Amino acid sequence: MIELSELTKRYGGKTAVEGLTFAVRPGVVTGFLGPNGAGKSTTMRMILGLDRPTSGDVRIDGKRYDQLPEPLTYIGALLEARSVHPGRTAYHHLLCLAQSNGVPERRIGEVLDLVGLSGVARKRPKGFSLGMGQRLGIASALLGDPRILMFDEPVNGLDPEGIHWIRNLMKQLASDGRTVFVSSHLMSEMALTADHLVVIGQGRLLADTSMARFIEENSRPYVQVRSSDPERLRVSLADAGLRPVPQPDGGFEVEGVPAARVGEIAAANGLVLHELSRRQASLEEAFMRLTHGSVEYQAREG
Amino acid sequence: MAHTGWVLTSEWTKIRSVRSTLWTLAAALVVTVALGMLISFLVRQSYDDLSREERLTFDPTFISFAGTSLGQLAMIAFGILVVSNEYSTGMIRASLTAVPQRGVLMGAKLVIATALALLVGMLTSFLTFFLGQAMLGDHRTDLGEPGVLRAVFGGGLYMGLIALFAMGVTWMLRSPMLSFGVLIPFFFMISSILANVEATEKIGDYLPDQAGSRIMAVIDDGERPYGPWTGLLIMLAWVAASLLAGYVVLKRRDA
Ligand SMILES: Nc1ncnc2c1ncn2[C@@H]1O[C@H](COP(=O)(O)OP(=O)(O)OP(=O)(O)O)[C@@H](O)[C@H]1O
Ligand SMILES: [Mg+2]
Repeated sequence: MIELSELTKRYGGKTAVEGLTFAVRPGVVTGFLGPNGAGKSTTMRMILGLDRPTSGDVRIDGKRYDQLPEPLTYIGALLEARSVHPGRTAYHHLLCLAQSNGVPERRIGEVLDLVGLSGVARKRPKGFSLGMGQRLGIASALLGDPRILMFDEPVNGLDPEGIHWIRNLMKQLASDGRTVFVSSHLMSEMALTADHLVVIGQGRLLADTSMARFIEENSRPYVQVRSSDPERLRVSLADAGLRPVPQPDGGFEVEGVPAARVGEIAAANGLVLHELSRRQASLEEAFMRLTHGSVEYQAREG
Repeated sequence: MAHTGWVLTSEWTKIRSVRSTLWTLAAALVVTVALGMLISFLVRQSYDDLSREERLTFDPTFISFAGTSLGQLAMIAFGILVVSNEYSTGMIRASLTAVPQRGVLMGAKLVIATALALLVGMLTSFLTFFLGQAMLGDHRTDLGEPGVLRAVFGGGLYMGLIALFAMGVTWMLRSPMLSFGVLIPFFFMISSILANVEATEKIGDYLPDQAGSRIMAVIDDGERPYGPWTGLLIMLAWVAASLLAGYVVLKRRDA
């Protein structure tokens, strides 16, 4: 279990993370979601004791990171930035990490097998592709057979097969009862793997909820309707006790009503409809709506 | 707490598994010995041209160590690379997640790297002495002469200490570019200019390399206000200061 309380990090005057409080529990995959620059990587570096929090506290199974006896056997992490010497063979990279934590040498062969790098164990990562580098990082994370795993954007650089593999790996680690904490800026990716969701924007907590609940709350069906006379359509719908939300194209979105009922209201008022359809908000849209106010690097429209 | 023995083993694996770092040690040995031999040979050829005074202060041991001025740069490069490699490659993040007690990590790396530098330093020192003396022919000295063994042994210590000094500075500066940019020009030129220009001589004599290299001289030319061991002690103080500064930076800053 990872527990953050009031975690804050400032770089000079810039606040990267502000007052984060949440817990990451064992047995499920917890997705850590936020747009670019939201503070995901910074939070993860603070969990590992690499960056010192400006204020607040992180505990791993109740201990500070530097109080863990052999940290690699508690928590394994894949960081965003490469953390490998390109001139040291994959085998020796894992060997020096294993030795520092008293992990038996045979474990190196096991993790290399697991990530599919056995064939290049004696090669230098200099010549590795992005995906191979990512796999070596995952091998390092798994090395100490830790109960907690943390992956910062693990699908980066992986091909579809690799993405499929890492999804299954995370699910399997969680079903072993381990704590799995994985960051992403893609809601669609999280929807496929995560059971629990922590969303941040501009360093602040926006949501901490189960995936099922997030889907239920955010992907309600609605009806999209458009008429040649938008104003009368709006009034008629409102008179019927509905709440039409105007859209830029002149149409309306109406929640909590079957499409047939909207059609009947229009017919009763003699309105011509140009469109009447049942829609469902995608999770990606829900995520964007949630983080909209807090997106740091927003593309200007137009 | 981190198991110190494990961390030492791990640092040994790190150092032996990166070839480029080890090459600098080989370079230190080859450059020091080759240049020492060449200069010793040239001195023998021109011995007859020396003035009476120069013959009185003729120091065959010190002459055989002439290659140190250049060879030490490779030792400094070793010290820089051992530490800056961690930062330039991002390996430091993996290292610190494995060993979060930063002092233990730093200490283990220093012990392993310094032991290796001292070993190569000693080998270099004795080799350059014997081969240099062979080149000096009739003007050679012997390990049994007073002060000579101390100078040769001290030469090895000097090589190890200069590498250690570079490590301390690099823990502080982190970037290889910055560390090379500061240390190489300093030890290649600036320090000897400071020690030889009259205006700055008094300060220059107390710079780490100037003070430390006094140990390699058998004959006291009277130019330095301290003896061989005091000189080495001054150098040691510099090393301690650089390590302390490096430790403080490592402890305080984000990785
Ligand atoms: N070492 C640093 N010095 C100064 N600012 C930093 C540093 N590290 C991160 N930041 C800033 O903190 C904010 C959060 O960055 P962080 O990398 O944690 O975001 P992220 O959520 O991981 O983004 P991404 O999805 O792009 O990886 C950013 O505005 C970034 O510029
Ligand atoms: Mg990031």
